[in-house]
Order: sequence, then structure tokens, then C-alpha cells
Amino acid sequence: MTVTAALAVLAVLVYGPFRILQAGKYSSENWLDFIVFGLAQGSLYALIALGYTLVYGILRMINFAHGEVFMCGAFTGYFAAAALDGSGFMDRHPLVGLLAVTVVAASTSIGVAVLLERIAYRPLRRAPRLVPLITAIGASLFLQYTVSGLYGSGLETYPDVDVLKGDWQILGIGILKTQAVVIAAAVLIMLSLYAFVQHTRTGRAMRAVSEDKDTAALMGIDVDGIIVRTFVLGGALAGVAGVLHALIYKQVVFNMGFQPGLKAFTAAVLGGIGNVPGAMLGGLFLGVVESIGPGLFLEGLGIPAAYQLKDAIAFTLLVLVLIFRPTGILGERVSEKRA
Amino acid sequence: MALLEVDAVHSYYGNIHALKGVSLTVDAGEVVTLIGANGAGKSSTLRTISGLLRPREGRVRFAGADLADRKPHQIVADGIVHVPEGRGIFARLTVDENLSIGAFTRTDVDGVAADREAVFATFPRLRERRQQAGGTLSGGEQQMLAIGRGLMARPKVLLLDEPSMGLAPILVEEIFAIIERLNRERGTTILLVEQNARAALDVAHRGYVLETGGIALSGAAGDLLHDPRVRAAYLGV
Repeated sequence: MTVTAALAVLAVLVYGPFRILQAGKYSSENWLDFIVFGLAQGSLYALIALGYTLVYGILRMINFAHGEVFMCGAFTGYFAAAALDGSGFMDRHPLVGLLAVTVVAASTSIGVAVLLERIAYRPLRRAPRLVPLITAIGASLFLQYTVSGLYGSGLETYPDVDVLKGDWQILGIGILKTQAVVIAAAVLIMLSLYAFVQHTRTGRAMRAVSEDKDTAALMGIDVDGIIVRTFVLGGALAGVAGVLHALIYKQVVFNMGFQPGLKAFTAAVLGGIGNVPGAMLGGLFLGVVESIGPGLFLEGLGIPAAYQLKDAIAFTLLVLVLIFRPTGILGERVSEKRA
Repeated sequence: MALLEVDAVHSYYGNIHALKGVSLTVDAGEVVTLIGANGAGKSSTLRTISGLLRPREGRVRFAGADLADRKPHQIVADGIVHVPEGRGIFARLTVDENLSIGAFTRTDVDGVAADREAVFATFPRLRERRQQAGGTLSGGEQQMLAIGRGLMARPKVLLLDEPSMGLAPILVEEIFAIIERLNRERGTTILLVEQNARAALDVAHRGYVLETGGIALSGAAGDLLHDPRVRAAYLGV
């Protein structure tokens, strides 16, 4: 069974690329564009995935409302951007304006994430694991339809930021400014986060709480406080991702958190859930595979409109990883002692 | 006034009545041991003192102050440090990081650095392994790290839960020698839970015998060592 499956996978992985490269349908520039776009998309996945993985690492719980934390940030970011654009401030001070929009978005996402923890999850801390999971799905729907009820279910369009129009020549390659900014910002944030978790007092306490809450409390660590800070971090990253998402896609809508949330969750599992570098790697990897996958693997097999199948590729990848490496790319075996 | 006072405490795990009116006192500078069979409530007593377990009845007082409303991390800041059964080493944190976590409540950087040196002086093997992940240490090294990490908080009272468990006899001797030295040289007050009753009574000033959630006997350690009931039940003579 697995052997047949592996052979089928191999056929797609080898035959598709062979055909498409032979046909020469895409130039190397096209492929580079795919990769850069994939990295930008993957950066967003990674930022959101970090929220899943941080919370999972500490609470062993999937916060399925995290996509909505991202959505709420993108939404309030839109209001801020529209207001700044209407007053002409965005045109005069685009960088300050963008920064302000990001601060508004991140603050909202932090607020939503912290309220989620306080209202929806903390009272269920000692409940069976299925209970907070169902609560998370309920919270996710609650947030979606609250936003839809308040602001309608239509698409809202972010104002254009003139400085980010066009592209930059980087190493002789033309890269869209928006994509370059998204990738650079995400990489910077991820490196800072990694340094934070590894080298600060709070980061150390987070790692200790993630291993053993009772012992962490016996060391004088305020476990509830660390859990709140974890949600704050995840929320901030999701809020920033909301603004970066808007730079690329320009639009916000009440259910925009669902799909990226699911993809980011996939990315977190791909990388090894609970593992911070894993979420980063998983996000970037998923973004790139989604971007080059349809052209590279599917078109050569004669599948029409292959790009429509990018989600299928993403989730096929998830299934394959779960079959052949259930711990994810960087995941360790969950240690036996997890009482 | 006793430094630590457990007063008629009843604690439960769900519906299981683990402690049925346990009372004991520890004076400043003492080593007091709590001995008893598996399931007698030794660990539950320590968990109740450190706040992991909330007593349903009775009081725990430290330096005269009631601990009923204190959370575990605040009790650590007060000066009661609990080295849990099974050591509780953070397996993915390095030895150095484990020690830093032990000093989590402290802000005096110089004092922490000095105490880290003191721990390394007491346990030279930990210095050799300071960059290693805690999970890679041997059982004996982990126990040393657990005790060293407890000392990093500068405890006024150190609660040690089964420090000799799972260790080779030669290491057991070493651990008890260290406990004695901590008390003699630094004046650390220690409440020691042990199954190894003889060794525990050898280092302790006083002892309590716990049976099915209540104190069955108490007295000077030397008297308990010669008590026929203790000898029959816990010393195997």
C-alpha cells in the first residue's frame, strides 16, 4: 500500500517536472518569480504558524481561532490605513503611516489573542483536550461573524501605498517592492523572535513552562503570566502578518483568516508543531511548494488550470508528512515524560 | 515560633483524601525528615506547602504568615523552594539555563553569579556539563542539578522530595553528605522526604513518620532511629 503510494508520488515528482522543463514553458525568470512569490506567501504563513506553534508548545492545544486573530489585525489595520490615506497623511509620510497601521493591527490582534486566552481557554485549562479545541472553533466562528455583523461581509480594499509600487532590482532580479518588504520584515521578525525565545529571561521561562508547568511554578515562574505573554507574542506576529498580507493582496474580508489560518497550521505541523524554527521553515517551505508546485509537478502531467490545485498540493504535502514523518521536518519525538 | 508550620492540613486529589490532618513544624536551621511508605502522603505534604496542592482545611504558615492565598511562584519568592520528586530537570534547557531558571525570582545579578559559582564548587561535574542539555545528564548528575537549581533561589527553607531515589548507593551517600553540609555550613533549613529512612534520620535533627495521610510518630531523629516501631516498619530490623 505505502509502496504503491510512494511510487505514485515519485512519478508525479519526477515525470511532471521532466515534461514541463523539457517543454520549456517557463523561463528561469518565471521560476524565480514563482519562488519569490512563494517566499512572500510563505513568510505570511510562517508568521501565523509561529502563533500556533508557540501556543501549542505551552498549552498542547491548537488555537484554531488564531486565523481570526490575524483577520482582526488586518481589519483594524484597514481602518487605520483608510483614515490615514483619507487625511493625506499616508502620502506625506508613507513609512510612518505604515508603521502606525502595523501598530494598530498588532495591538488589536494582541488584544483579541489575550481575551481569547482569558475568556475561552483559561477556564478550560484542566478540561479534557477536546473541550478547548471545540471552544477554539466556536471562538473562531464568533469572531468571524462579529466582524461580519459589524462591518458587513463585503471586501474592503486597502489604499495603495505609492512608495511600494513597482519593483526593485535586487541582484539583477526584479522583485516587487511589496514582496521584498514582506519577506524582509518577516525574516527580521522571525530572527528577533528566535533570539527572544533563546536568550531572554522570559524566553527561557517560556521554554521551561512548555516542558513542565508544575516544576516551572516551583522555580518561581508565574505560569499564567507566561501563558498570557505567549498569546501576546503570537497575537503581535499575527497582526503584523495581517498588514503584510494586505500589502500583497490589498483586500480584507471577515473570513480572510480561515484559509491562511489553516495553511499556517499546516506549516506549523510540517515544521514540527511546538518548534519555533520549524514553524518558520514550514511556512516558507509551504509557500514555495504552493507557488512552484502546480507549474512544476502538475502542468507537465497535462492537468488543466493546475494553479487551482495549489491548495491540494499543500494538503497533500501535509498528509505525506504525517505519514512518513509525523513529527514534522524539525520536530523531535515528544518526550515520554509528559505527565 | 516555628519558621514553617503545617497545621491540621487536609488535601485532596480530586476525591482522594491524601492528607488527613497533617501537622508539623520546622524551626530555622533544622533538618527535619518526613518518612513513611509509598502513598503515605509525603509528597502531598510538600506539594501542599509549596502551593501546588491547595489544602481544603488547615493552614500552612511561613514565618507566621498564612500561605492560603499565595500562588506557587509567590511562595518561591517568599523563600520556600521545593525540589520535586523525579528531579524535574528541564531536559531541553542546558545545565546553565536550568540554574538560571532556579534563580528566576532574583534580580541581583552579582549574587546570582556568585551562587552559580558556589553550586559549581559543590558539584564540579555540573561545571563540566554546563552547556549540555539537562536531559543528557545521568540520574545522579540530574539530582545534583535539581538541588543546585533549588539553591539558586537562596531558599530559607528547602523542601527535598526523595533526593536519593534511583541513585547508586555511592551517590546516595554523596547526596546525603551534601545535604548535611548545606545545613551545617550555610544554615539552610531543610525538610527532607525520604524512603531511605535510616540515611534520612542520620542527617536529620527531628523526624515525622507519616502513615496513610496522618502523622503516626514524631520525635528527635536519634529517638526515632531506636524506636521499635520505626525499626520494624522502616529500617528492616
